[in-house]
Amino acid sequence: MSLTLPEVQRIAYLARIEVSEAEAETSRQHLNGIFSLIEAMQAADTQGVEPMAHAQDVGQRLREDRVSHLDPDGVQRARFQAIAPETEAGLYLVPKVIE
Amino acid sequence: MNQWEVVIGLETHVQLATASKIFSGASTAFGAAPNTQASPVDLALPGVLPVLNKGAVECAIRFGLAVDAQVAGKSVFARKNYFYPDLPKGYQISQFELPVVQGGHVAIAVGQGDKAYEKRVQLTRAHLEEDAGKSLHEDFHGKTGIDLNRAGTPLLEIVTEPDMRSSDEAVAYARALHALVRWIGICDGNMQEGSFRCDANVSVHRPGTPFGTRREIKNLNSFRFLKEAIEYEIRWQIETLEEGGTIQQATVLFDPATGETRSMRTKEDAHDYRYFPDPDLLPLVISPEWIARTKAALPELPEARKQRFIADYGLSAYDATTLTAALETAAYFEAAVAVAGKPGAKPCANWVMVDLAARLNKEGLEITQSPVTAAQLGGLVARITDNTLSNAIAKKVFEALWAGEGSSADEIIEKQGLKQITDTGAIEKLVDEVLAANAANVAEFKAGKEKAFNALVGQVMKAAKGKANPQQVNELLRQKLAG
Repeated sequence: MSLTLPEVQRIAYLARIEVSEAEAETSRQHLNGIFSLIEAMQAADTQGVEPMAHAQDVGQRLREDRVSHLDPDGVQRARFQAIAPETEAGLYLVPKVIE
Repeated sequence: MNQWEVVIGLETHVQLATASKIFSGASTAFGAAPNTQASPVDLALPGVLPVLNKGAVECAIRFGLAVDAQVAGKSVFARKNYFYPDLPKGYQISQFELPVVQGGHVAIAVGQGDKAYEKRVQLTRAHLEEDAGKSLHEDFHGKTGIDLNRAGTPLLEIVTEPDMRSSDEAVAYARALHALVRWIGICDGNMQEGSFRCDANVSVHRPGTPFGTRREIKNLNSFRFLKEAIEYEIRWQIETLEEGGTIQQATVLFDPATGETRSMRTKEDAHDYRYFPDPDLLPLVISPEWIARTKAALPELPEARKQRFIADYGLSAYDATTLTAALETAAYFEAAVAVAGKPGAKPCANWVMVDLAARLNKEGLEITQSPVTAAQLGGLVARITDNTLSNAIAKKVFEALWAGEGSSADEIIEKQGLKQITDTGAIEKLVDEVLAANAANVAEFKAGKEKAFNALVGQVMKAAKGKANPQQVNELLRQKLAG
């Protein structure tokens, strides 16, 4: 399997990454290189092998349901918002989005 | 309209009643100051990692068991990728290929009286996911305000098969599901606060032909809106098709002000979510022991309790359904019967469903806040079944209990001298006095006027201050007048 240039450009758009025509062609070659690796791996017989969702074959560790982040006075919020471009009344402000 | 068949499937987002978020230790409490319950994980600051909340998983297991579904021994979290300012990571952590709950069904009762019927709605799946933050579009000089307190709140998305055939069936399902998630304690059910939201997939087709193209109505947060939105959508689709048009697959919003649905302007690629397993999270493993433990701790389920009420207390299906609509109501009823005794079960059911419900409704109280406790109501019913009180006087005692004029029905009966007079001798004496003093009524009755009899009953009851047993008064009067 190999990708076409429009497919690469669509993937870039969906990921909101701006790529020039030249970059798209370079990316296409890189991605196709990865696909060829996958093709090589697909030659291995995996019949009867359960697919894995993660490289590590262990289960997720769980956290007890307890509140550990407390910020009633907004002290931490002020620190987080210090790096935000714009805030007001405790809210992060962003360009208007209306569906 | 008859030649069209309606097909509806529902997706419901149930907010899980955990203290903390699904992947962070921030609180899920409603109504806090903006962004004071948004931890670095919820804000997607660089380097943070999600850690799954055991409580949220426990809720999913409870639900799976309650709907007789398969609880997956291994399920996988996936990233659903899209860009929106209230989703700081650029993806929502959800489940895609391997959800935690698979299959299952919910029993629904539709309609009333002769047209009532029962039906099973099959579930496709239920999966765990995180909620997004909230966008506020007003008052920020042309900008949108973002509050991330809700971001990361645990949700269980419950998806049905396209099994419903009318808006009534859809509402019956939504109500049954709402009652169930509250019953098993996984959701507070608060629809105003968005704890229970439905998306409805609606299509129409001619029977015997393939399903029509569906449109999805998003974010319905009341049963009334659910019904209105589906009914509008059905009419719109049928009209469009009958006028020769076609239905385009679309996501629509319901406007409660106009009662109409309208298409959301979405780009064609909006639904290309590029799901893939989240490398930050290992598969969720649920052991058979955990499932067994959860099963043992599950309360008796509504359907089982309903059947038990019918079998043990001789209640009608209607009464049993009403009393098992909420766990609190069922518990109150049984606590009252425990005091009143089994012969008092039917009167207890009536008091809970009629008098108590009306009084609570009038004061805007929940049954758990009732000033009259279940034990007090049971005590009151016991005095009705043993003939100490007539129904009319019982209502007075109920009001006195409500007002806190005594700690039990017995105390109020004693203090206020409300005991029903059942002593035949005493009633006979009153009847004789009334007959002697109302010769005119007696003459009228003997001349064939039935009304005069009622007047005489009224006189006796008045003389007894309402406390005489009405049946005995009737019988004695008939005997004396006939003699």
